Amino acid sequence: MTVALIVRRSLRQHLLSTVVTALSIALAGGLLMSVWVVKEQAQATFAQVNGGFDAVLGARGSKLQLVLNAIFHLEASPGNVAAADYEAIRRHPAVKRAIPIAVGDNLRGFRIVGTVPELFADVEYAPGRKYALQTGRAFDPSAREAVLGSYAAERLGLGAGDVFHPFHGLVYDERNQHAETYRVVGVLAPSNTPADKVVWIPLHGLQTMAGHDPRAATDVSAVLIQLKSPAAGFMLDLMYNRQGNRLTFAYPIGAVVAELFQKIGWFDQVLALVAYLVALVSAAGVLAAIYNSMAARRRDIAILRSLGAHRRTVCAAIVLEAAAVGVLGMAAAFAAYGAILAAVAAVVHARTGVLLDPWSFHRVMLWAPAGMIALCALGGLLPAWKAYRTDIAGNLAPVS
Amino acid sequence: MTLLEISDLTKSFASPDGGQKLIVDIPAFSLAAGEQVALRGESGSGKTTFLHLIAGILAADRGVIRLGEHDMAALGEPARDRLRARSIGYIFQTFNLLQGYTCLENVMLGMAFGAGADRARAVALLERVGLGDRLHHRPRQLSTGQQQRVAVARALAGGPRLVLADEPTGNLDRRRARESLALIRETCRENGAALLLVSHDPEVLGSFEDQRDFHALNRALAETEAAS
Repeated sequence: MTVALIVRRSLRQHLLSTVVTALSIALAGGLLMSVWVVKEQAQATFAQVNGGFDAVLGARGSKLQLVLNAIFHLEASPGNVAAADYEAIRRHPAVKRAIPIAVGDNLRGFRIVGTVPELFADVEYAPGRKYALQTGRAFDPSAREAVLGSYAAERLGLGAGDVFHPFHGLVYDERNQHAETYRVVGVLAPSNTPADKVVWIPLHGLQTMAGHDPRAATDVSAVLIQLKSPAAGFMLDLMYNRQGNRLTFAYPIGAVVAELFQKIGWFDQVLALVAYLVALVSAAGVLAAIYNSMAARRRDIAILRSLGAHRRTVCAAIVLEAAAVGVLGMAAAFAAYGAILAAVAAVVHARTGVLLDPWSFHRVMLWAPAGMIALCALGGLLPAWKAYRTDIAGNLAPVS
Repeated sequence: MTLLEISDLTKSFASPDGGQKLIVDIPAFSLAAGEQVALRGESGSGKTTFLHLIAGILAADRGVIRLGEHDMAALGEPARDRLRARSIGYIFQTFNLLQGYTCLENVMLGMAFGAGADRARAVALLERVGLGDRLHHRPRQLSTGQQQRVAVARALAGGPRLVLADEPTGNLDRRRARESLALIRETCRENGAALLLVSHDPEVLGSFEDQRDFHALNRALAETEAAS
């Protein structure tokens, strides 16, 4: 009780330095937890995003580019898949379902993807979850109709009944407006997947858009595939990637995404290193703040010692005070973490449609506070040693 | 019954010329339980050092400081701290109250390292010294006389057998000094604590039946004079 009282009073007596150092720890702790959670959660979440498919078949090229284009609706398409190849994979006995997509146009920066209505009617984008319409209905594959992902609809300010002109290319340029008009007939409910930021139109519409190469009017950009068994994936991998040289079969999708995170792993390490250094500097700040106030504390320490406090008691009070600054800082760090994660999640959602959950539990939420508090306590050791060596008689002046 | 018995007590400090300067050299001194003694001495005569040695704040170079059944001079520092916390109350000239703490907390800290903090006793002591309505005030919110009274309550908080008072009225005006001195003596009596007070103020000293001359007690002073 006594040590707790001494710590409490000391924190209050040095309120400004307590608040400033606690804030620096809050920022460091928040940054440390954010870097870790963003890394882990992005990796886990993105590896799970597959739109309900096992594999993607596309033009010969990079598997990663193929997956980013077909599943995440990022990157350019590596090329086209001929209609015959699409038919061949669709009819392959190992394939349960094959959904074609075509890309190449945008609506004010939001990607327009041509596909078939089965994507919305039959495919579960996550176990037990199918795309649902928030308003309106699915498009008629033979009409110039569109269904908007929820995020695209919100940002574009479009809803059922609105009409728009597509723009050619994946990058918005107002000079590249197509002559055709499409009517929005439905808006999908949020799925927290990349599908939320897509403007979906019938496959045939995109294939035959004025200005597109008429020779490729039956080609598709990629085929999204559900397999009957995992073994079929390895068989098709062998068939397309090893034996063939015209097409690329990206399987399994999660492994391809994991490869991406492996490639940018160094970036995570740099971020983590920066976060560790910030944490270290903050702990050094605790040391400096307490150490610099030791001259003002000497008299109080001498008085406490004259009342019978042991050297180790005043020592413990200093170390606990440093740890208490860490506790206060780390309590505030969760607010900093929440703010950083909310901002990062908003950016990730806007760029990919994938929603990160800032408040899902992660072990870093235990070890980062524990580590930071321990580091602060460690920072209290040097001032504690100075407190240990405080001369009582010399600091109880005057002398008669 | 003898409470404090000192024999052959010496204490030296390093002097700037590299040698040792003898500050305290007391062949014999004793104090009975409950006794109240005033020690007369000029400033710089080593009185504070003497009190610090009795309190175990300083370690003696040599000698015996028998307080009840313990020899303070023979104990290690942690044991001296414990003995001081349990048996000795100290009233400083400048009160040495902890400015960040309330009056009540200051008094409770006076017992915290010995018998343990007892809020009810702390409140009773503050009421006894007339500060029952200032429990949660901080020292800087009190007058000098009130701060002195908090210091008295704190010195008695741990139920000491001996109270050491170092020029306790040095910072007070005449009237307050008289009141304060009377309070110290009464409360020590009420709590069964012996009082050893050092002062150079004739009025303070005159109020004690038992006065002792520190100059005569401390052989170090005689040696210094002889050397000069």
